[in-house]
This record gives sequence, C-alpha cells and structure tokens, in this order.
Amino acid sequence: MPAPSSTPTAYQTDALIAEDIDAYLDLHRHKSLLRFITCGSVDDGKSTLIGRLLYDSRMIFDDQLASLEADSRRVGTQGGQIDFALLVDGLAAEREQGITIDVAYRFFSTEKRKFIVADTPGHEQYTRNMVTGASTADLAVILIDARKGILTQTRRHSYLVHLLGIRNLVLAVNKMDLIGYDQARYDAIVAAYAEFAASIGIESFVPMPISGLAGDTIATRSASMPWYSGPTLIEHLETVPLDIAADQAQPFRMPVQMVKRPDLDFRGVAGLIVSGAVRPGDPVRIVPSGRITSIARIVTFDGDLACAVAGQSVTLVLADDVDCSRGDVVASAASPPESADQFEASLVWMADEPMLPGRSYLLKLATQTVSAQVQAPKYQVNVNTMARLPARTLELNAIGVANLSTDKPLVFEPYADSRALGGFILIDKISNATVAAGLLHFALRRAANVHWQAVEINREAHARLKNQTPKVLWFTGLSGAGKSTIANLVEKKLHAMGLHSFLLDGDNIRHGLNRDLGFTDADRVENIRRVGEVARLMTDAGLIVLTAFISPFRAERRLVRDLMPPGEFVEIHIDTTLTDAERRDVKGLYAKARRGELRNFTGIDSPYEPPERPEIHIDTAVLDAEQSAELIVRTLFG
Amino acid sequence: MSDVANTGGKPVSLTHLQRLEAESIHILQEVVAEAERPVMLYSVGKDSAVMLHLARKAFHPAPPPFPLLHVDTTWKFQDMYRMRDRMAAESGMELLVHRNPEAMARGINPFDHGALHTDLWKTEGLKQALETHGFDAAFGGARRDEEKSRAKERIFSFRNAAHRWDPKTQRPELWRLYNARKAKGESIRVFPISNWTELDIWQYIQLESIPIVPLYFAAPRPTVTRDGLLLMVDDERFRLAPGEVPVERSIRFRTLGDYPLTGAVESRAATLSAVIQETLLTTTSERQGRAIDKDAGASMEKKKQEGYF
Repeated sequence: MPAPSSTPTAYQTDALIAEDIDAYLDLHRHKSLLRFITCGSVDDGKSTLIGRLLYDSRMIFDDQLASLEADSRRVGTQGGQIDFALLVDGLAAEREQGITIDVAYRFFSTEKRKFIVADTPGHEQYTRNMVTGASTADLAVILIDARKGILTQTRRHSYLVHLLGIRNLVLAVNKMDLIGYDQARYDAIVAAYAEFAASIGIESFVPMPISGLAGDTIATRSASMPWYSGPTLIEHLETVPLDIAADQAQPFRMPVQMVKRPDLDFRGVAGLIVSGAVRPGDPVRIVPSGRITSIARIVTFDGDLACAVAGQSVTLVLADDVDCSRGDVVASAASPPESADQFEASLVWMADEPMLPGRSYLLKLATQTVSAQVQAPKYQVNVNTMARLPARTLELNAIGVANLSTDKPLVFEPYADSRALGGFILIDKISNATVAAGLLHFALRRAANVHWQAVEINREAHARLKNQTPKVLWFTGLSGAGKSTIANLVEKKLHAMGLHSFLLDGDNIRHGLNRDLGFTDADRVENIRRVGEVARLMTDAGLIVLTAFISPFRAERRLVRDLMPPGEFVEIHIDTTLTDAERRDVKGLYAKARRGELRNFTGIDSPYEPPERPEIHIDTAVLDAEQSAELIVRTLFG
Repeated sequence: MSDVANTGGKPVSLTHLQRLEAESIHILQEVVAEAERPVMLYSVGKDSAVMLHLARKAFHPAPPPFPLLHVDTTWKFQDMYRMRDRMAAESGMELLVHRNPEAMARGINPFDHGALHTDLWKTEGLKQALETHGFDAAFGGARRDEEKSRAKERIFSFRNAAHRWDPKTQRPELWRLYNARKAKGESIRVFPISNWTELDIWQYIQLESIPIVPLYFAAPRPTVTRDGLLLMVDDERFRLAPGEVPVERSIRFRTLGDYPLTGAVESRAATLSAVIQETLLTTTSERQGRAIDKDAGASMEKKKQEGYF
C-alpha cells in the first residue's frame, strides 16, 4: 500500500497568500460554486477520495491531521497508514461500523471554484440518502473499483443520478494503483459502462482512471498512466458548466416566499429567483391567478438593482396592487408556468411506513404546500435491473411511478425542465416526517392547461332540451347490500316521470369497458375512475346517471365528486351490516370469499370505507328496496 | 454584494459568496413563513455577526421579525457584552438575555465546575430560554465545516420535546425544500450558514464591513498560560495561581466564548486582511481554541444529542 505523499498538493496558491493577501482574496472572491456528489459501492473508496481532496486542498489542519493519524492507528483500515476515510466518517455509530450511513457535506476550494461535496453511502438500504445528496448536485462522480468493475450498485447509482437530472457525470475508475495502472482493464470497464449508460438514457459521461489513495489523476496527471490524456478530476471540476448558467437562460420564475409589508407605503414579494432574469419594467404574470403586472423595483438591503438573475434572493415591488402571496409564482408574462391538480410523478419512498394509496399527504413544491392523494403505483422500478415491476405500494427506498391529485392547483414545471418547480416532497400529516421525494413528469387530463374542444351544444343546452338537471346518483355499499336492486327501482320511477336516465351497473361494466381490471386496490381505483369519467360524460349529455358500484374507497368517490359541478354528485350509502349482507349472499360470493376462493373481497379481506357525509343514507335494516327507492326519488325529485 | 451587472442576456456568473448569501436568505425567510415563534441565538461571535447581517438583509426594509436571544454564562469577554448591546440597538431587534437561575444561585463557574459549567449555563440555559418563551424555531450560527458531526446535520435540525437530537432520524433535505412541520412541544434548530466555511465568513465580513468584536484583532492583552491554552485575564474574577502574574502579549482570538475557557493565539494581525492571511496560513483548526472540544473524537455529537447547540 503506497503511503500518501507527505507534502499535500496544494490547490491554493500559498505563495500568494503570504505575499499579497488582498490579491489572493480578490481571486477567492470571484470563485464560482459547484456542488457535486460522490457515489460508489462500499469499499470503492469514496471517503478516501473526499479525504484526499480535502487533504490536497489544505482543508485539513495540523491538529486534525494529528488526530487522524492517531485514529488511523487505532481503527484505521490502512495498516497504520493514514486512513483518509476517517476524516469524513463523522458519526460515532458509523466510525464503529466503518461505513458511512448518512449524507455529509464537505467543503474545499481550488483557485477557480469552491466545492460542496455530498458524501453519500453506497449500500442498498440508503437510496434515500443518495437521492437527497443528488438533488442539489450539478455533477456526480461515480466511483468504480478497478478490480471489480461495474457492480449492481454502480448501475443503481447511475440510474438515481440520471433520475435526479444530473447532466454531468464522471466515471472515476478508482484504485488503478492496485491493478498496475492497466490500460486494457480500464478501457474494458469504460466500454462496458458506456453500453450500460446508453441503455438507461445517459447521454454522456467523462471517464478517468484515478487512485484516491495515491493521488493519481486527482490534482495532477499520473506518471504511471502516460496513456491517459484526459483532464484530471480537479481540472474537470473547475471547468464543467454550472447548472445555474443554464437556469438563467430559462424564462423568469420566482416562487414567492413571503410578502413584506412593514408599513402602508411598502409592499414587496420576496423569494429566490429559480430561473431567468428580471429588470424593472418587465411585464410579469402572477401564477396561478394569471394576473398581469410589471416590476416596479428590485429591492435589496444594498439598494435597488437594475437586474436580478436566477440564484439571487430579492424583494420585488410590483407596479399594481395585485393579489400575490406565499405559494404564488411571479413569472415571465410571455411564458408562465402551468398549473394543474393531477400529475404523473416518480416517487422515491423515504419512510419506514410504506406508501398508502388514497392517503392524504402534504405536498411541498417550491413555496406551495397542498394536500395530495397518491394513487397506487403504475409500476415500481427495480433499481438494480431497471425492470418495471407491478406494485401495490412503495416501501422504504423503493422508486415508482404513480398518479397523484392535489386539493388545489399547483404551479409546476416538469422536473426535466425545472428542479425548483418539478421536485417536491411528501410529508405525513400525523408524524410530520418527510416520507417521499417526488419528480413531476406531466399534468394529467383534467389539468387546467388542457384546452377543451369548444362544443357549441354544451351541457346546459343538452339539459335544457331534456328539461332536467343532470345528476350522478352514486350508490355505494357492500356487495349484496341491494345497490343494483334499489338503483333499478329508482330508474323505473324516473322513467315513469319522463326523465332521461341511464344506469351504470358494476357487474355489467366489468363485462365490457373494465374487463381488463381485477380486484386489487389499484384496479378498484382505476375501475371507479373510468366509471366516474363515463358518468360525467353522460351528465354532459344531460342525463341523470345512476351508478351501482361497491366503490369501497373514500378517496375515489371523492375523486368522482370533484369531477362534477357542485350539487350534481349525490352520494347514496346503501348501508347494511356485513352480517346481513353475508347472510343474504345473493350471488354466493361471501361464501366463496370465506373459503378463500375469492381474494380481495370487500368486507372480508379488503376494506370498505363508509361515506362520512353521504347526501342520502339508506339503512337496509329499516327500509326495504321499494321504500328506499321512494325515499330517494322524493328527496331528489319530489 | 448582490448587485450584478446588466449583461444584456448573457449568463451572469454569481460568485460563491453571492450564492451562499442567497441560500441563507432563502432559509431565513422560509423559517419566518412557516414557524410560529422563531428566535435567533446570538452568541456575539463572528458567525453570529454574519448570521445577523444576513437576517437584516433577508427582511429589509423591515427589521428581522424575531428577537435575538443571548444565552449568557456571565463569563463572556467584556468586549462581547458591549458588541451585543450595540448590535441589538443597530438592528432594531429585541434582545433577550437568559442566565440560568440555578447556575447563578449555585455560583457555577469555569474554574471550579469543569464540564458542569458548560452543561448548566449553556445546554440547560438554552433549553430553559426556549421553553420559557415558547420558541419553536431557533436560528444558530453553526457551520458544517467546523466539526465532523456538524457535517451531517441538516439545515433544519429537528429536536424532540426534550431538545434531543437523534442523528438516525434526521429528515431528508432535498432541493431547497425544508420540512418545518413539528408537533407541539417539538422544535427545530435552523442553521442558515451551514454551507459557509471559515474563510467565507471572514471574506464576507470584509466585503460587507460587518462589525465584529475587537478581540478578533491582535492587541497587547494581559495573559496567562494554563494547560497549553493561552488565556486572557479579562476581569478581576480570573483566579490567578499563587505567584502567577499576567504577562502582556500581543494576542487575538479565532473563536470567542467564556473567557476562562477560550484560548488565544499570539499574533500581530491587527487588520482584517492580516487576520485572514494568518487564518489561511495557520495549520490549527478553529475549534482547538475551545476547551470544550478536547474530549474524545465523538464528543460534539454526544453534546448535541443532549441538546447543546
């Protein structure tokens, strides 16, 4: 094992510090900032690499070095030599286990840039931490042990940094000293990685052969590898383009953090500009309200600005007294972001308690916090093979794609276009824990930005001709409660009254439109969603629609309710006890379910969530079917 | 500091200090928007000075909408008390000073009580102050580059009702999204300058002309040497050993705390440039001057779990 060089390779110009401190400070003052993440498997040498960067850039002081030398002798893994990993393994628990278990942030600088490094763990159960570290990084260094080549974990880390939208990727083939600086071996690893990278959509990466321990290709070119002509790691880190430059080229957006109103004469909206630039006089649109005004002043503690750009925190005074508060986005008037309330998103689950489809979570995106319901995942991604697997939920460290709906419109941009307006977290309302990170892909059908085909004969015209108010009579209840029977009786009465109606029956729909669906929670959600959409179209045609579906989950009934104009959705709970329903068992289904021949049967091994405030509540122990139908018709059409 | 040239559409290259400043302001505003009763822990040191300055920027044109809290041990340098009162007046903020009544009654002092001194005055004192006023979010000036366990602490660091920090249940912090929600009785410590290094702090102080305690600059001061630490005899309470006579030396401090526990360095650096120069060329880390960190490698982590800031 070669010893680290005793005199560090100084990135800083020590001579300049001693000779002309003011010149040095001027140099330092103009440095830019790059954030990057290092990822690799256990023992790939991440901590050693970061320790090396800190050591070489003189970020380690003599007393720290002394304690490092003592620690290295005591618990080091380098046979008494300096163990750089001990510099960065911070928490007591990890030092004992000899592994890094959380995200740590380290700092060093060179003559051109200051760097913030997120050091994240390599082993399986900590996807969460890697995603956290990657969320703020401009660049990722993927470490590979040259002796081992590409491992499952290499694939996982590459997938994650790609998912999180990191465009600059360095493939650092480490421990070259341990394979005798063998070019053929290095070339083979790079070729294999290139093939894998292309298969998951990574467009480019910069490979380099390094040794964190010996210092090869870190700050200086290695005499042992004359065959390598690419940049050193430091050279690359110093010159790679920053995300912030790309952000500035995008249209202007500033999520409002707070309104400042110190006195009657001043009203400003404060926030961090996440993209674009702004000048006094620029027309802006407040989203989601859509109100247009212009910028009167850009106020800072240091005086008004003539221009502000992405990355700056400023206070904007608007020319007009328009409504604008926390959660709104001040945006370029010409190209504002969209708002929507239903999305498809990737989710990275970060809590021990698995995701509960239908559960209401808090969703925080930029400065907006709303309630959000997540549907069962469309699929889960196996992060080792990138295969899409069916899933009913997501557990800790699982990644999947799901639809979600929010209780009010969210100003957003696809994550691929904007991390600031496309990345969100989910918070458990009871424990307040951050349970998931999310990346919005696109808005779904009902999104406000979908332009409806304008039809001249609209729903009002259809309803007028039929001389009735369209409605959805949504019958819900256990299997065998009598939903279909009662709905059928109600429809006969409506027909007799000359009203135009249509009955959608659960069993019938499942023979046709929904015959591809089973009885899992996810399929039940989709079943009801489709029925809801069909019912809505029929009300657009002016009809009174009766639906008879178990529809066991509140969330989905709520979803359909929200599809309809206020007052047109009538929830009718046909309330029967499980005992009664099972005793009657018209279709023999309960008996089958009890024998275990029928899985996911509502009331037996799948839950029924009764309505909390149905418009009409029918207790089947009190009323028979005819009386029930009579009551419903009298209540709604009497 | 935050002005940028109008470059007619070309990308503007923000410096790392401009980026750090913007990040800190964003954090300060998030807390005020989401917490019910925030407070800023003000220790009068250079990091506190920068944090206070950033707060004034964040809420301009109004003063910061929260009080300053000084958890006093009665053993700070006299210069620190003067600076504290001056900055509270200049910022237009309310200044709350808390001294643990129990420590006061028992006469706890750094000469006789060792670790108990820090525990009672600082750790317990801080808890008392937060509970007395019902603060649910407290800004602190800690930086991640100071110490290993700090490097892993979140910017929004959650404390249970007993003020304990559990490094294993930290909330993931993604993008710029901070989860400030908590149950009643729980609180968060927020570190707006987490990502600043010591050099960043010094440089920002210089660029922004931020007032700092004169003890950071070298001057002839009365000193004694104890256990390898160079201590300043700041007032008559300093207990001299029999025959011990204070010696005047040109010293300055890299970090400020209780004067009997804070080691000075011999120096002739009397200007900011000179101090920064010395800091860069020196090879001793900042916290070494504090007696509190001299225990085992993991001592700070242990103190933090118990509620030390």
